Amino acid sequence: MHLADSLLQFTVSGIALGAIYGIVGLGFTIIFNATGVINFAQGEFVMLGGLVAATLVSLHVPVALALPIAGFAVAIVGLLVQRLAVQPLTRSSVISMVTVTIGVSVLLRGVAKELWGPNSVAMAPFSGSQPLHLGTAAVEPQEVWVVATVLVIVVGVQLFFEHTMVGKAMRACAINRAAAQLAGISVDRMNLLAFGLSAGISGLAGVVLAPLTMVSYSSGTPIAVKGFCAAIVGGLGNSAGAVVGGILLGMLESLGAGFISSDYKNAFALLVLLLVLVLRPSGLLGKRTDRGL
Amino acid sequence: MRGQRPHRGLAVLVILLPVVVLVMWGCQPKAPTGPEPGVQPTPAEENQAATPLESGAKAPTGEPVKVGAIFSVTGNNAPLGEPEKRAAQLIQEEINAKGGVLGRPLQVIVKDDKTDTTEAVNAAKDLINTEKVCAIIGPSGTPTTMAIVPTMEEAKVPLVSCAAGMKITNPIKPYVFAVPQTDTLAVAKIIEYLKANRIEKVATIYVKDPYGESGQEQLSTHLSKAQIKILGSESYAKDDTDMTTQLTKLRGLQPQAIICWGTNPGPAHVAKGMKKLGMTMPLIQSHGVANAKFLELAADAGEGVMLPAGRLVVWEAVPDSHPQKPILKSFAEAFRAKYSKDADTFAGHAYDSLHIVISAIEAAKSTEPAKVRDALEKTKDFVGTAGVFTYTPQDHNGLTKDAFVWVKVEGGKWKLAE
Repeated sequence: MHLADSLLQFTVSGIALGAIYGIVGLGFTIIFNATGVINFAQGEFVMLGGLVAATLVSLHVPVALALPIAGFAVAIVGLLVQRLAVQPLTRSSVISMVTVTIGVSVLLRGVAKELWGPNSVAMAPFSGSQPLHLGTAAVEPQEVWVVATVLVIVVGVQLFFEHTMVGKAMRACAINRAAAQLAGISVDRMNLLAFGLSAGISGLAGVVLAPLTMVSYSSGTPIAVKGFCAAIVGGLGNSAGAVVGGILLGMLESLGAGFISSDYKNAFALLVLLLVLVLRPSGLLGKRTDRGL
Repeated sequence: MRGQRPHRGLAVLVILLPVVVLVMWGCQPKAPTGPEPGVQPTPAEENQAATPLESGAKAPTGEPVKVGAIFSVTGNNAPLGEPEKRAAQLIQEEINAKGGVLGRPLQVIVKDDKTDTTEAVNAAKDLINTEKVCAIIGPSGTPTTMAIVPTMEEAKVPLVSCAAGMKITNPIKPYVFAVPQTDTLAVAKIIEYLKANRIEKVATIYVKDPYGESGQEQLSTHLSKAQIKILGSESYAKDDTDMTTQLTKLRGLQPQAIICWGTNPGPAHVAKGMKKLGMTMPLIQSHGVANAKFLELAADAGEGVMLPAGRLVVWEAVPDSHPQKPILKSFAEAFRAKYSKDADTFAGHAYDSLHIVISAIEAAKSTEPAKVRDALEKTKDFVGTAGVFTYTPQDHNGLTKDAFVWVKVEGGKWKLAE
């Protein structure tokens, strides 16, 4: 195996997982911008999306239908979380809201374990498992699905924020909540929407990821940690940054494991996080006066 | 929080309530467990079943014979503890229906250690001091077992562990026994295969946890003794889901076979990664994935995977003449009938440990822990699910490498490959 071939393979396999980190980072960003809260239940949204879709597919629901259903179901969970757990604390400090999301994450994991059991659940890939070849590197068709889905979501979210009234209202909230309120925007409704949107896209990410990684009640947490790193590395509050940060993390992880040691695979993400925090605290794409979104 | 509208408090309550319920549910000791109707237990029923036992044709009478059981019913090792608990309940029913132990009802008191060493020690102390059990079976994992060993030795109550770590019975501890096939026996079986197929260069990949590290250690010691070269070794974290990078490196070394040491779901990712990278050399797994879950997770990438496994997983393929066949058949069928699930290796460990303890109690004609221990050490040719056990003062594991058969995945099923 030549060095160049290995390099290509490591890079290619890093991109797919990195894209998922990025989309989870985007989920963090949307909620953070709207409410100022870091939602620690973000990984559980990914997990729920995967489990719901895997169950639907095992009941012979076609993937084309299972994907939107799972995304929608998780979006509803997100709305419920906002209404029942976060919104009642709106007038208390941000830290209590963050704490309550930790509680929600434990709760969702517990419920998922009761419903789906402790074991990993497999899901069939969307279009077979015959590997494709990109030069000398092998790619699973599902990895292509992952990258494509992430692209569609990112472009969709961007269009939503730039070109719809609601999206613009959400951006207004992110820039200045009080001013937005004065301009007649219902901040409360925007917060609710942010949770629904963020949960929905995380759920979709969970669905496309499930065939690749399998999914279990506890599989959301490690993804959330990486997604959080991605959001920070890209500059918290910057949605393009989150995605770029995610892909960067995925590739560094893969290259680090490949060329240095697989023992420290998970340490590389945290190392990058530390480096960014020390050298460029506002993140790679973050500016000091962050415009947000 | 002052000055909030009242319905906010209500909403907080709505969220907190399920949390509290779940936490309490987890904390509630799930013992003692009595016999229950032949339906799959829902958690609610399990708690209800905490009534003293009364059923059975020739109803056993008198003071119950109490055996403690510590399993990881929740936490990381739940896939081990869950079937173990079910098997123990099934066996308790069967024994009591047949007249109990020493004519007295058998009571298996199951405690959940939540895959936590402190919980395991508390459970052991509770079983010994409060319940006055005559022996304990379990815990499910090596760390939890090692955690309670000092307690057992001090209280002089015998333990028959369901965990496979070498250090449990090596060096020998007077009151500690174990039933699972050890890594060393599995490695011996693998070497037998490698030798027979003239494979001299292999590469290994293992999970970074005590199970994987112990397997890797055994492999590197015994393979070099057998003149088989390990070209390279890679590891992965327990929750890693992509092994492409590690496998790419191993592929570059051009080994004749890959040996993977881990428990689900990691090894399934290894199988998938090899398929993706077009690696066609044989993939040998450890006995840690000898269960239906591996077949499901690896799907078509699992085809051709080989491993040493206990006979319970492939009981249908075991010839009728084999001494283990009758008990494999009756246990596997009873388990399937009661739980609509296949009995896996771990259910088998609970079967072996509980039955070995029962026959030691019968042999000792006593429930005095010290006498049960002495009888345990004299266990000879006991036919269990993992193999035929013979404990001696020098051997508290009691199995040989014949406890393993060589199995291969064919058509999505385990097949004997001899």
